[in-house]
Amino acid sequence: MARSLDDTGLVGAVPADETDVIGAPNSEVAVVGVPISDLEVVGDEPPPRRPSRWRRSRGSVDAGPAPEMPVAPDLAVDLAPNDPAIAYFASSPQAVELASLGLDSPGIDAMRAAGVVLVVPLVTNGELVGLLQLGSRLSERGYSKDDRQLLESLARYAAPALRLGQLVSQQQAEARERERIDQELKVAQIIQQQFLPEDLPDLPTWHVAAFYRPARTIGGDFYDFIAMPDGRVMVVVGDVTDKGVPAALVMASTHALLRETGSRLFSPGEVLARVNDLLCDDIPAHMFVTCLVLVIDAATGTVEFANAGHNLPYVRAVDGTVRELRATGMPLGLMPGLRYDEATARIAPGEQVLLYSDGLTEQHNATGEMFGFDRTAEVVAMARSAAELADLCVSELAYFTGPDVEQEDDITMVALERAAGASYGDPAVAVGTVELVRFSVPSETGNEREVVRRVEEAVQHLRLADDPAARLGTAVAETAMNAIEHGNHLAADVPVDVVVIEHPAAVEVRITDHGGTRPDIDPVEPDLELKLAGLQTPRGWGLFLVENMVDSVEHEVHGDLHTVRLTLNLEGGS
Amino acid sequence: MSTAYPVHVEGGSVAVMTLSGQVDRSALTALNEAYDEVAATNATSVLLDFGAVDYINSTGIALIVGVLGRARAENRHVLATGLTDHYQRIFSITRLSDFIAVYPDVTSALEGASVS
Repeated sequence: MARSLDDTGLVGAVPADETDVIGAPNSEVAVVGVPISDLEVVGDEPPPRRPSRWRRSRGSVDAGPAPEMPVAPDLAVDLAPNDPAIAYFASSPQAVELASLGLDSPGIDAMRAAGVVLVVPLVTNGELVGLLQLGSRLSERGYSKDDRQLLESLARYAAPALRLGQLVSQQQAEARERERIDQELKVAQIIQQQFLPEDLPDLPTWHVAAFYRPARTIGGDFYDFIAMPDGRVMVVVGDVTDKGVPAALVMASTHALLRETGSRLFSPGEVLARVNDLLCDDIPAHMFVTCLVLVIDAATGTVEFANAGHNLPYVRAVDGTVRELRATGMPLGLMPGLRYDEATARIAPGEQVLLYSDGLTEQHNATGEMFGFDRTAEVVAMARSAAELADLCVSELAYFTGPDVEQEDDITMVALERAAGASYGDPAVAVGTVELVRFSVPSETGNEREVVRRVEEAVQHLRLADDPAARLGTAVAETAMNAIEHGNHLAADVPVDVVVIEHPAAVEVRITDHGGTRPDIDPVEPDLELKLAGLQTPRGWGLFLVENMVDSVEHEVHGDLHTVRLTLNLEGGS
Repeated sequence: MSTAYPVHVEGGSVAVMTLSGQVDRSALTALNEAYDEVAATNATSVLLDFGAVDYINSTGIALIVGVLGRARAENRHVLATGLTDHYQRIFSITRLSDFIAVYPDVTSALEGASVS
C-alpha cells in the first residue's frame, strides 16, 4: 500500500495546492495509506517522502526546483488489521488531535511515540483507505480549526484518489500474478510433455492405445512403455500428487527412475520397491506418487503387475464382463523399505485392459456428481477394441460432465488389447492419441473462420502441406458453419465445441453442436447440371465439399449432442 | 458487408469482374450487383477474377452457381482466373470447371475468351 502512493502519485499530486494553503512549509506531513483490503502489507516501508511537492510554496511552482527543506523524521505508522482505530476512524472521519483521543489502540500509541499529533482519516464509501498523520507545526503553534477544516477537505479529495490508486495497484499485482501462474503452467506443460513416450511399444499381436489430456493446471500424470531385458514390455501409469511445476519435476525424476530400474530388473514388485527407495531420498514432503506397473508377455498373454496406490486396471472379457487386476501397495515416496506384492493374470485373446488415472474417475459434473468407478467399468464393458476403449471413455466422460465444466485433473489412459485369434508375429497396430486443443465458439455467423484459425494453430507443428491444410480448412469451415447454423440455429449462447486430436498418422477434428439428431442437411448429392437447369437448389454443397476434402467424415449423436468427426490422413492421404 | 466488385469490359467483349475478400454469404449483394453491371454490357463473356479472394465457402459456391445460371441464360461464357490450387480443386469436384473455363492468369483468360 505504501507503494500505491508512490506508484500512482495520486496523493502527492492531488493535494499539492491544498497543502500550501494549510500552512506548509511549516508543518510536517506524513501520509500513509492503510487499505483495509490489503492489510497484510502493514509493516512495509513507508512511502518515500516527496518534500518538494509537499513543501513547495505556491509562488515557487514555476520557479524551477523548490528549495530543499530538511527532510522530516519518518512519522508514518501503519495500523495492524485488528487495530480498533481502524473501525473508529472509518466511522468518525474527522481530523483528530491524538492528545484528546481516548482510544486503546497500539497503532495510536505508536503514532504518539513517533510524534504524530493530528490524524486525518481518509475515508471513501465508508471505508478507511488511509490516514494523514501530521507532526507538530514547526512554528510550535497548535493546529487551528481552519487548518483542520482544510485538512478534512483535502482528505475528502484525497481519499477516493488514493482508493483508486490502491485498486489500480492491486489489479496490476493480480495481473502480474496471473502472468506468473500462466508462465509456470507453460513450464510444467513443457516438462511433462518431454516425458510422454513418442512411440508406442512393439508388442506383437497386441493393440495399444494411449491417451493423455492435461488439466489446465497440469497435474503430474505420466505413462511409459519400457522394453525389459527379457523381451517383455513394462507398461507404467502414474500420477504425482500436487500440480504445476513441482509435480512435473517429481514426475520427471520418477519417470527416469522407472526407466532405469525397469531396464535392469525383471519383476514389477522389485521395480516399485527400488524406485520407492530412491525416490524417498529426494521427494518433497507431502508429495507422493501413485503408480501401476504391468509387465506384458506378448506371446503368452501373461501379465505380471504390482501397484503403488494406483487405480486398479479393468479387463474386459470377450463376453463383455469386466474384472479388475487386483494388487495393492503404498504410494511411492512416502517411506523407504516397502515391499510390493506381485500378482499374475492371463489376458485371453480378444480381451482388453484399461489402465487409467483418477482424472477420469474423479471428474465431477456441474451437479457435483463424480464419474466414478461404476461408470468407468460400464464404459469398459461397451468397448470392442483398445482404440475404442480410450475413445469411449473420453466421449462418455464429456457427455457426463457437459460442456461448461473444467477438467479437474490430468486424464491418462493406456488401453491394451490382445488380438483375437492372434498368432505370434502378427504386426502390432499402435495407436497413440494426443489431444491438441479443445475450445468452444458461440453460434454466430462467421465464427467458422475462428474455428479454422484455431484448428490451423493447433496443427501447425504437423507442418501440413498446402493442399491438405487447405482441405482441412474447408472441411472444418463447412462443418462448423453447419453446426452454427443448422445445429445450434445461430443461438449465440449455445456453443459449438471443437476438439483437435493428433493420431500417429492422422489428424482428427471433432465438431459438436447441440442440435441432436436432425435430417441430413444435404440429403441429395448436388448435381450442377440439375442446379443450372433449376431442378435443384443452387445450395446444398456443404456436406458434399466436406466429404471430398478429408479422408473420413463420421456423424455421432449422443442425446442432444451432434458430433461430426473429420479425419485427415497425414501419410498417403486422399 | 463486402465491398463492391468492380466490373470493366476488355476488348469490347469480355466483362471482367474483380472479386475480393470472402466469397460467402456476405458476397451476395456485391456479386449480384456486379453481375447486373455485366448484364448491362454487350460482353459475350464474363471473366471472374478471384485473384484477391481469400476464402470461398459452400454458400459462395452456390452464389457462383447462380451467376453461372444467369450468364448461361443470356448466352454468355463464364471464365475464371486467380483461383488457388485448392479452389481449382473445389471447382473441379463441384464440376463448376466443366462449365467455367479456368485460366492461370487474366492475359491467358482474355486470349481464351477471344477464341471461344
